[in-house]
Amino acid sequence: MASEKYYLGVDVGSVSTDLALLDSFGNLVEKVYLRTRGKPVEVLKEGLKFLEDKYPGLEIDGVGTTGSGRALAGVVLGADVVKNEISAHAVAASRIIPDVKTVLEIGGQDSKIIIIRDGIPVDFAMNSVCAAGTGSFLDQQAARLEIPIEDFGNYALKARTPVRIAGRCSVFAESDMIHKQQLGYGLPEIIAGLCEAMVRNYLNNVGKGKEIEPPVVFQGGVAANVGIKAAFEKELGCKVHVPEYYDVMGAIGAGILAREYILENKKKTNFKGFEITDFAFKTSSFECDGCPNHCEIVNIYENEKLIARWGYQCARWEAV
Amino acid sequence: MQITFPHMGDMAVAVKALFQELGFSVVVPPPISRKTLNLGVKYSPEFACLPFKINLGNFMEALDKGADLVVMGGGCGPCRFGYYAEVQREILQEKGYEFSMYVIEPGIIDNIRKIRETFGPLSMRKVASAVRLAWNKAAAIDEIYSLVLKKRALEAEEGVVDKLYAGFIREIDEAMSLDGIRRIKKEYREKIEDSSAEYKRGLPLKVGLVGEIYLVLESFVNLEIEKKLGQLGVMVERELYMSTWLLNFFHLRNDEKHIKRAARQYLGSFVGGHGIDSIGNTVRYSRRGFDGVVQLGPFTCMPEIVARSILPAVSKAEGIPILTFFFDEHSADAGIQTRLEAFVDLLERKKRQKMRGSEYKGEIVYGQ
Repeated sequence: MASEKYYLGVDVGSVSTDLALLDSFGNLVEKVYLRTRGKPVEVLKEGLKFLEDKYPGLEIDGVGTTGSGRALAGVVLGADVVKNEISAHAVAASRIIPDVKTVLEIGGQDSKIIIIRDGIPVDFAMNSVCAAGTGSFLDQQAARLEIPIEDFGNYALKARTPVRIAGRCSVFAESDMIHKQQLGYGLPEIIAGLCEAMVRNYLNNVGKGKEIEPPVVFQGGVAANVGIKAAFEKELGCKVHVPEYYDVMGAIGAGILAREYILENKKKTNFKGFEITDFAFKTSSFECDGCPNHCEIVNIYENEKLIARWGYQCARWEAV
Repeated sequence: MQITFPHMGDMAVAVKALFQELGFSVVVPPPISRKTLNLGVKYSPEFACLPFKINLGNFMEALDKGADLVVMGGGCGPCRFGYYAEVQREILQEKGYEFSMYVIEPGIIDNIRKIRETFGPLSMRKVASAVRLAWNKAAAIDEIYSLVLKKRALEAEEGVVDKLYAGFIREIDEAMSLDGIRRIKKEYREKIEDSSAEYKRGLPLKVGLVGEIYLVLESFVNLEIEKKLGQLGVMVERELYMSTWLLNFFHLRNDEKHIKRAARQYLGSFVGGHGIDSIGNTVRYSRRGFDGVVQLGPFTCMPEIVARSILPAVSKAEGIPILTFFFDEHSADAGIQTRLEAFVDLLERKKRQKMRGSEYKGEIVYGQ
């Protein structure tokens, strides 16, 4: 094991924190999927500990981070590459289906579409209006209906005629669902209706004006939902591929990017090592009173040492 | 009489010089801050666009500091802007402010009469020298800023170009003579040129900025998009500057001809604001070999919405990637940053692929 080179990709998202361990060829060796629970650093350490325990003596040659917590994860780990989610997802999708032309990605709190031609992304969009079509809303609805989220999609497949649900906004969607329930429609029909509403909303908002051509890849946490997948296939009229590791594609992408960065630039990794699971990370924030902007500055400490700071707009807090 | 006016980019430096040279005292609104935004949002109609809200915040902060004459732009459609001054006047009066307002409307004869009524008799010589000073400041600022837009992508040390530019603005603001302006401009041009090293991304990436003028010029409302692009290693160019806008407004320059010609294939008529400019300039950037175009507009901006719905066709036909941002008081930094990073990655990969002239072989390229 010691002679092999390994790369680590980390995707710190709003709902989940994913780690992907890649071998020297960039193939997935191990994936870790954890709920972020609002504690990104702790969960990240938990994930690292899992890898350390399972692969004692593991040596990491490159680390990439992505997701909304990419900057934080980047300073905590000592990442070599800190990349936006769109680039990471595009890279991972191209790796798994090399001639992919469209990537649909629905995560916890955002959804995106990436149009790829000849292996490079040529266009993309992210939801800008509302999170009605994302994972956290589905989570909420599953909890409200007392159905485990894992079974949610299967209910949809049982529906004979999906009910039409207003899907523009999560609040209205929920009241419309309750209304339809109280009229007496069956649960499968309502859930299938919700899936179709979400897909319609996604295609009209995120997918507006984009040339959606097959092969289509569907990834992100919501890709686990067979109801949504079926609704996409119905609406697009083509097969939608859900890759085996659909839930950690961002992490895989970050790992691939880290690997190629290290190889291309012949660099040594900045990774701080698995010791960081024993480090104490602390954040503190304060409001700057230097001007009426009142920036909320965040300090990140590693064992009491200040390692990063953000949230400012001017030069006053630039030095760490 | 204490004159004030709205902020738009660094326009205040020139406008202040104009009024002060005419012998009036000026209250420059405090720099736009979150406080300005909050004030504006609180007292504006919700569906007015962001410029309206920021203007209103500027006026309130300046009136609180003792201003009693507000100078504001007007106009007559199709964009709503022409109506803004009237609504802002009413809101401020309802709040109990005592002030008068001078609205610059089209029509030279009317303006001459109104200027006399508002400002009293002015000697032509004084007017000429004030206009000359203000104009030279505006032109110098735009000239140096266009350099800043390019050189941020090359700066040796993060933030050094912006520090130099801040120093330049301070000195230009204090300059009292045309010679002084010329000297300061020359000095800072050299300093900024000297600060550059190499392309942060290892290759030059060029993006054209189009959209509604206020959102393009005012970096507070566009969340410093030009600076973000510069930090990502992208050189930015734009056609919209205060000085070029004025030249066109007074028919001393005619960019419209080129813009209309370039846009004709996609949009044949004026749609208000800078809608046709967004189309025409996108076409022109594309034909000049730019790597991408970023369009900016305030949320609910009709002219830019029209342009936005035509741009995908332009993007496809001209082969240029376009990214659009609409801003309102809810716009968040993180979302903008993520999209910009992804967009710049996309431009870089496209460029590298083109430079290699060969088919994509699966290699991924990086910034920094």
